[in-house]
Amino acid sequence: MSDAPVTSNLRVPHSDALDKAADVEGRSLWQDAFRRMQANRAAMASAIMLIVLAVVCFVGPLFVPWTYEEIDWDLLEATPPNFELKHYLGTDSLGRDMLARLLQGGQVSFMVGILATSVALVIGVTVGAMAGFIGGRVDQFLMRFVDVMYAVPLMFFIIILMVVFGRNFYLMFLAIGFVEWLTMSRIVRGQTLTLRNKEFIEAARASGGSTTSIIIRHIIPNVLGVVIVYVTLTIPQVILLESFLSFLGLGVQAPMTSWGALIAEGAQEMEITPRTLILPAVCLSTTLFCFNFLGDGLRDALDPKDR
Amino acid sequence: MWAYFTRRVLIAIPTLWVVITVAFFLMRLAPGGPFDQEAPLPPEIMANLKAAYGLDQPLWWQYLNYLGGLLQGDFGPSFKYKDFTVTELIGQGFPVSIQNGVAALTLTILIGIPLGAMAALRQNSSADHAAMTVAMTGIVIPNFVVGPLLALVFGIWLKETVFALPVGGWNNGAFENRILPVICLALPFIAYVARITRASLIETLRTNYVRTARAKGLPFRMVVLRHAFKTAMIPVVTYLGPATVFLLTGSMVIETIFSLPGIGRYFVQGALNRDYTLVMGVTILAASLVIFLNLFVDLAYAWLDPKVRYE
Amino acid sequence: MSTVLEINHLTVSFDTPDGAVQAVNDVSLLVEEGECVGLVGESGSGKSQTFMAAMGLLADNATVSGAIHFEGSNLLTANEKELNKLRGERIAMIFQDPMTSLTPHMKIGRQLAEVLIEHRGVGKAEARKQARAMLERVHFPEAERRLDMYPHELSGGLRQRVMIAMALMCEPAMLIADEPTTALDVTVQAQILDLLMEIKDSLGTAIVLITHDLGVVAGLADRVAVMYGGRIVEKGAVADMFESPAHPYTQGLLACTPRLDEDITALVTIPGQPPNAQSLPGGCSFHPRCTYVTERCKAERPILETTAKYRAKACHLDALEAAE
Repeated sequence: MSDAPVTSNLRVPHSDALDKAADVEGRSLWQDAFRRMQANRAAMASAIMLIVLAVVCFVGPLFVPWTYEEIDWDLLEATPPNFELKHYLGTDSLGRDMLARLLQGGQVSFMVGILATSVALVIGVTVGAMAGFIGGRVDQFLMRFVDVMYAVPLMFFIIILMVVFGRNFYLMFLAIGFVEWLTMSRIVRGQTLTLRNKEFIEAARASGGSTTSIIIRHIIPNVLGVVIVYVTLTIPQVILLESFLSFLGLGVQAPMTSWGALIAEGAQEMEITPRTLILPAVCLSTTLFCFNFLGDGLRDALDPKDR
Repeated sequence: MWAYFTRRVLIAIPTLWVVITVAFFLMRLAPGGPFDQEAPLPPEIMANLKAAYGLDQPLWWQYLNYLGGLLQGDFGPSFKYKDFTVTELIGQGFPVSIQNGVAALTLTILIGIPLGAMAALRQNSSADHAAMTVAMTGIVIPNFVVGPLLALVFGIWLKETVFALPVGGWNNGAFENRILPVICLALPFIAYVARITRASLIETLRTNYVRTARAKGLPFRMVVLRHAFKTAMIPVVTYLGPATVFLLTGSMVIETIFSLPGIGRYFVQGALNRDYTLVMGVTILAASLVIFLNLFVDLAYAWLDPKVRYE
Repeated sequence: MSTVLEINHLTVSFDTPDGAVQAVNDVSLLVEEGECVGLVGESGSGKSQTFMAAMGLLADNATVSGAIHFEGSNLLTANEKELNKLRGERIAMIFQDPMTSLTPHMKIGRQLAEVLIEHRGVGKAEARKQARAMLERVHFPEAERRLDMYPHELSGGLRQRVMIAMALMCEPAMLIADEPTTALDVTVQAQILDLLMEIKDSLGTAIVLITHDLGVVAGLADRVAVMYGGRIVEKGAVADMFESPAHPYTQGLLACTPRLDEDITALVTIPGQPPNAQSLPGGCSFHPRCTYVTERCKAERPILETTAKYRAKACHLDALEAAE
């Protein structure tokens, strides 16, 4: 996180507790948060683990002699790990290399996580900041809309979309993003509302800042902390949603695969080769765990109310 | 109180209407009809089929017809299960899903709330950390991972022991057949409720009125139960409303894994077979359930927080 | 007069992630039967925490040393059960914010009655009757009807009367009032203070009045102690203190209090900020803000010296010299 363009705004912390902390220690909010973050070993370990996982998933396939869809015609059945045949984690029941498929599944998960969360982020922050800052009718309308959307079982709608428009990879990102922005918008609105009445916003307005520039230069930088925390917690939810769809056979299309799809395949074969179930299950759970620990760690670091 | 309740109902009705309308038109927007198959049907048969399902009528007429049917509890015919109406399919599947759902919610309340409360009262003890780590695990590991793993352990590894449990089939709701599905369905809820209860109770115990209650010399147990508990339950109740959504989506997974004839499985099958009316029917049912339960949650609020009653 | 409460060398510190915070430092104080003691200081001076310690209501991360004797038992070493026998029965406390200090989901009648049910074991009907009587005693209008109301249906002033009634249910020997009027309107403040005065006179309850407002103390208290940075810097009988304040901080506080009998030309303030309990200045805690600061003040902490009966100050300067 580069704080160069926003430092001047971030001097104004978003809670009284921080106000005091900043006064006493003379450190910026972000330095303070970073120091607390480093002290949290679980969160730091999770962050490192996630980086390693992501690198392995995206770079690893270059070093695996098989592709995820390639069938080893000599095998055509589930084979345990065999270094001579270069199937380091064995193959699935069709003779496809497990390692290659796991890495491909990981790519899908990380991509869904980041792309769908970005969709949610853009919509959520825009709607939330607008509702909170403009207020009045706009706020009323937007929040009523969010209320209605909350009452709708959106998972069903994602599935309907997948049924109606076919299982399109990018549609899935969009659909999931469209579901996940709701909470984001509420959080950002709440934060914006409290900020709106603070003196430094008043000052910005008095010195002739336009609404857009106030939102971009003052509101967004100040809700950034909360947004980062929520993004970190949204990514695992999104990954989970994709895996859920793929598990039900409604996500990615074969021969492409994802951890959810691999778990579904593994569940069919677990009687003979529990490995095909356990490997993707471990990968998925580890990733979700790490994101959650990271998110909790960031929350504690950026929002020291609970100290 | 009544004004409050009426307003809630008045929000619920348009919400449901939006759900129905969006679902209906999305389905009709679908490229290709429900009867498109690998081998195209002869045009006359296609026309007959369409007429039989009313698909030759203008769209607005179909829409009004569908709405009219809904008012009488008629979700229309299933496109794939030719001999059944959607209402009949739902009638078969719903009791199965509801029984599991109620059992899972009961487990959640009986285990999740006490677990969270205990962790809150022993904040930062090793028991607290242990409980919260278990809860985190329950939240993070999805039930489509837990389900197959439970099936692997109890259905295959422990097959020859007394711990063996059936891992599939409904068997008319036999107790052993329901153990694994219900546990699997309930685990993430128990975990969430425990975490929310803990956080909320810790916060409530820091309020001024809890301090007042302690200053009155009431025993701590009474302070917690009488003064803190009701307020601490507000976030839990808030969670339990939307939790029904997860319960319904969870039932898709659980019923698929354990081959149970519930609406979740019908929905997934319907989605895979492009059985539009079935998918719509289940969606509308789910939406009504969610809306109904949110109303229920609102009523619970009024009980937990007297201020709400007068707003 | 016999002593009700005796605080000896009380020290309270809080263990925080940023290190230990000394909130109360070597505080000793006496409260005698039926008298009113004012405890004055800025926020963060440790005045509330002193009596939170007495009530056993400190946060979990607090460490205490010293002793607080109340009717023969040491409150700091008493266990929860022993404390509960005294709290609400012999020693009661009311808090600053009546808006949040009552349980929102319980009718006030029940909140009042439970004190008697718990301590005296009386029946519900009897407890309710006494609750009503006590409400009437604190001049709470339409008590009978309002017993079945929830706190949010009452105004701040009425809620504070409920708090006072609740504290008095068992006619305790001592009542601690922590900023009882701060959150209230000025007119209501005066009514509540009158009520406290009346209670002291009619029930003989000893009252500890914790406040940042010297004006409040002047009207009500018999003796005053002034706290700064976790320590008592001056104490004495009210009239004495107001007449000849010995500590520069007390002088400053008095100068800051606007008086009706003088023309106000400009509001006087004490320069500088209240000290941070995490990093108290060396020597006398007040020296960075003191007009009469000397090298000695920066180097050496003045001890609290008794100068006359009830009278003590912690300052290197001679009182008269400082006043000039």
